[in-house]
Amino acid sequence: MTDTTNKLIIRMQEIRKVYDTGKIKVEALKGINLEIEKGEMVAIVGPSGSGKSTLMNLVGCLDTPTSGIYEIGGQAVAGVTRDELADIRNRRVGFVFQAFNLLPHITALENVELPMLFGAVRPAERRERASQLLDRVGLGDRLDHKPTELSGGQMQRVAIARALAMEPDIVLADEPTGNLDSSAGGDIMSIFTDLWQQGRTIVIITHDPALSRRASRVVEIHDGRITSDQATNEAA
Amino acid sequence: MNTDLHVILNLFATSSRLQKKRAYLTIAAIAWGTVAILLLLAFGEGLKLQLDKNRRSTGENLAVMWPSETTKPWKGMPPGRPIRLRIDDVDFIRERMPELKAVHGELQAGRTALTYGRKTVNGRILGVNYVFGDDRKHYPQAGGRFLSVEDEVQRRRVIFLGDEMAKDIFGDEKPVGKTLLVNNAPYTVIGVMQKKTQMGVYGGPDGNHAVIPITTFLAQFGRDRLNVMVIQTEQPQQMKAALAKVNELFGAKYRYDPTDDRALATWDMVKSAKTTGNITIGIQLFLGIVGALTLLIGGVGVANIMYAVVKERTREIGVKMALGAKQRWIIAPFVLEALLYTFIGGALGIIIATLLVSLTSFIPIENNRVLSFLGRPTLSPEIGIATSLILGLIGLAAGYFPARRAASVDPASTLRYE
Repeated sequence: MTDTTNKLIIRMQEIRKVYDTGKIKVEALKGINLEIEKGEMVAIVGPSGSGKSTLMNLVGCLDTPTSGIYEIGGQAVAGVTRDELADIRNRRVGFVFQAFNLLPHITALENVELPMLFGAVRPAERRERASQLLDRVGLGDRLDHKPTELSGGQMQRVAIARALAMEPDIVLADEPTGNLDSSAGGDIMSIFTDLWQQGRTIVIITHDPALSRRASRVVEIHDGRITSDQATNEAA
Repeated sequence: MNTDLHVILNLFATSSRLQKKRAYLTIAAIAWGTVAILLLLAFGEGLKLQLDKNRRSTGENLAVMWPSETTKPWKGMPPGRPIRLRIDDVDFIRERMPELKAVHGELQAGRTALTYGRKTVNGRILGVNYVFGDDRKHYPQAGGRFLSVEDEVQRRRVIFLGDEMAKDIFGDEKPVGKTLLVNNAPYTVIGVMQKKTQMGVYGGPDGNHAVIPITTFLAQFGRDRLNVMVIQTEQPQQMKAALAKVNELFGAKYRYDPTDDRALATWDMVKSAKTTGNITIGIQLFLGIVGALTLLIGGVGVANIMYAVVKERTREIGVKMALGAKQRWIIAPFVLEALLYTFIGGALGIIIATLLVSLTSFIPIENNRVLSFLGRPTLSPEIGIATSLILGLIGLAAGYFPARRAASVDPASTLRYE
């Protein structure tokens, strides 16, 4: 166990999440045990209402568990302030959303620079790194375009560049192809596969069997519990 | 701290902008509120200055004493004894209280016939010491003078006219050098008083009486009991002690209880000036509050807009939070934005109000009865500072509360679906 600890990016032990609306309590996660190692590409699948969104919020440190132990990159996420949680998100997690969630009034370059602004990267370095990343996702000629001037696939590529900006421990993607047509979706999937092959750790929450098939490991979640967790054949 | 500032300014610069129309309306509301508070305060300030000037026009640091009756028993004598001061009591006090700036006595004759040519006017004649001119601010118009020591010593038949009375008797003629009859005795007019507006008067407004040397008065009317004695101190805070000493001296001389401050009816103008001062402060405070409330409405407008902006930018805020923005980085740009609108609106309001106030200086007030009491709206540095402080506070509040709502946005719930 001790020799693998360094390779563990995500360690969840008996994670529970209860939403208390005052009148009713909803137990969204009922004891999740999940370990993800560096360099894995994990797909988390499950029907809606299964708790996979809740799981994603917890993995991405957008929310904290009601009970259980969660460590990301060896750092325990418990009893931290909102600002510390923000800092963990900034340094350890790169988000890719279904709805892209780019800021519409600033350019692609500025969108990619944003996490680095929060991470206190110097302006010159921000600019350089952002343009390199956009170049890498094939948008080197679109640096000064605003999101509204880009297609859906292009927007998602900007979002991927933004997710990589702070060199995070994991890239966390929530239905990244959900708003795209199949050809643009295919492009995005290829980018994820490339990233994985370059050694990145990627967690994808998805309905899309085509996307989950590309993962090295598929975790199925039903009713707040993990029901299946297996490596896929293609993963080799 | 430097990174904080860098991040905040950067976020402020890259936040999505308010629709122009909304921004203009908000700024206009703040400008309007600022104009309202500035004009009201300027009006209050003008009123204060004018009341102060009018109050001073009777004379400064004065107390007036009339003959009256004792109200306390003293050494076996019952209350109710009349106390009458005489002309020589002026010198009596002058010798014993050299610390006073001035002492003068007044002899009065009401409804005295003043005749010039075929016109006769009934008016009030005062016999006074020559110091009266300075301490009661009877300043002569150009070409004339007030009573002098020589007039008093030599019992000259000279007369100094109040401006209203001069107009009544002489009309458009120039009175100085002319001879008029006081109860059929001829007097030479030596001066006419400059026009003034008075806050407090005793006997009547200074413009409606005429003044002759006290010695001449004594010779013509044969009375030596003072109608009024007036003392003047150097400083206002000396008045209380001075009045106590006057009563001590007269108490010993006329045998009454020195603590009986009603043996001589006294009007302490220093005390009443303080009351007037408090009233003007009250008026200013009231006007300031009315103005501040108007400005507050502008502030509510800004807060309203900022709440709407926070709602509009919920997703934007959520994205920034997901990417690692700390709470203060979310809050500060909103506060900065509210302050910016407040600042622009405030600056506009200050410019407009200053223009309006300087326009009022073209209205002549000398011959306007209303304005000569109300004064002219005046802006002072204090008003500027007070208004800026109120503006700053309103701007901060209008930004802070919406920004706090922004900071409480839950990123998880805003980011999932369109």
